[in-house]
Amino acid sequence: MLIRRFLNRFKRQESPQDRDDLGILGILVFENTSEVIQAERVLKNGGWPIRVMGPPPGIQSGCDLVIEFPLMEELHLTRLLTDAGIPPLEVVPVNDPLLKPVDLFHTKDFGRYLMVRAANMKLTVDKETLVIVNVSGGGCPDVPYLAGLMVGQTLSNTPRPGIMGHTLCGYALKLALEEIERQCLP
Amino acid sequence: MLAIVGTVPDDSFPLVSGEVRLKGDTLEIQGLDVAVNRGTPALVAAVLKACEVLDDCEVTGFLVGDIGLGKGSRRLYSHLVEHLPAMAIHTLAFHYLQPDVDWHNRIVFAVEAMAKKPLMIADAGFMYAAKMSGQAGFYDLFTPDAGELAFLADETAPHPFYTRGFILHDENRAEDLIQRAYLHNNGATHLLVKGKIDHVANGAGILSTVDFPAVEAMEAMGGTGDTLTGIVTALVASGMAIPLAAEIAAKTNRLAGFYANPTPASSIVEVIHQIPRALTEVLAAIPHAFDKPTP
Repeated sequence: MLIRRFLNRFKRQESPQDRDDLGILGILVFENTSEVIQAERVLKNGGWPIRVMGPPPGIQSGCDLVIEFPLMEELHLTRLLTDAGIPPLEVVPVNDPLLKPVDLFHTKDFGRYLMVRAANMKLTVDKETLVIVNVSGGGCPDVPYLAGLMVGQTLSNTPRPGIMGHTLCGYALKLALEEIERQCLP
Repeated sequence: MLAIVGTVPDDSFPLVSGEVRLKGDTLEIQGLDVAVNRGTPALVAAVLKACEVLDDCEVTGFLVGDIGLGKGSRRLYSHLVEHLPAMAIHTLAFHYLQPDVDWHNRIVFAVEAMAKKPLMIADAGFMYAAKMSGQAGFYDLFTPDAGELAFLADETAPHPFYTRGFILHDENRAEDLIQRAYLHNNGATHLLVKGKIDHVANGAGILSTVDFPAVEAMEAMGGTGDTLTGIVTALVASGMAIPLAAEIAAKTNRLAGFYANPTPASSIVEVIHQIPRALTEVLAAIPHAFDKPTP
């Protein structure tokens, strides 16, 4: 602990332009190098602090180049790339490329209400009216924003967290919405 | 000074700092109104309602608009790095902020430059960054929920979204997860784990649990964790020892929920209004609560 804090002192003294400013990093994996080059252009044109690099050990799919990016912005960047017609094959955290998103859903039935949890996000819907009545959990700033947009809306007309959200919490809420739709919609 | 750092879900909301007051269901800071629903405004409102029972509460807010793009959070981080070293703050709570390890580390550096280190509390996005920085031990209290405890327990996870599957979000395994979080130095000095059973813990293990009254609907309500963090922040700032403050906050939050009689569709505002009644009742049962020495 002391050694890590000692080393972090040096990290803090680096300039704002240093790569370490990206914080927690992720890797975007693509089918081929051409897509990597296109994706790099799209993201750099958008001002995103990304870097093209070789894939770390453990990445078994994709080509021999990957793009490193700020992981917390995963939802935002993958949406940009999907809109540009170059969705990544895979997105993984840089510190451990073998980590996979939480894929277990927890469902709780309150009688009239149904709650689904995905990772750290919970979404609750009125089973009779299909109105979203609550959003809870999560710690990223788009959670209160998304909750404000979604609570009071029906499943069929709610703003989509996959479109309006920006962070991994927003992505978890997208998964919770999809799961609750699977359970509640015909 | 008790200070709270967080965000408002409105991109146009400016960076403000100053005393926060509660008028009905609206916060007022620097002439601006902020609706209390969930997130940091709910935390601040809970602090202020607890302060109606406690003496000498003056709450300073450091707030900025951010809807998840992180721009507001980074402006706020920069502001704090510039101003914290010259400030006198005895309790400093960080809440919904874009997790950013580098900015987190600069905040730690700024706090270390203060004349006296405040009691440090972290929840939500800032807690994620604190864990990922490897400096959880710099904090006096984290307030994770069950999913966030699993994240603290998984030394490789960069975010609760990537917590490994074998570390299940299973409240029945809270003791194991708490132990694992401390094993890898990812726990603050104290943890208040929010859940079906609330756990107060430190590196030695679980100190106390609170499971009554059980108000099932609160699990679905957005903001119940924010109010719990707010109540414990107010109690710690009043001078109460952290383990006792955490236990009293857990009891108070549950009792406030009980008095609000909510459904899964209820708003957190209904619980917030019940905090003074609940806190008064819980404190009355512990007449010497404030006699405990602050560690």
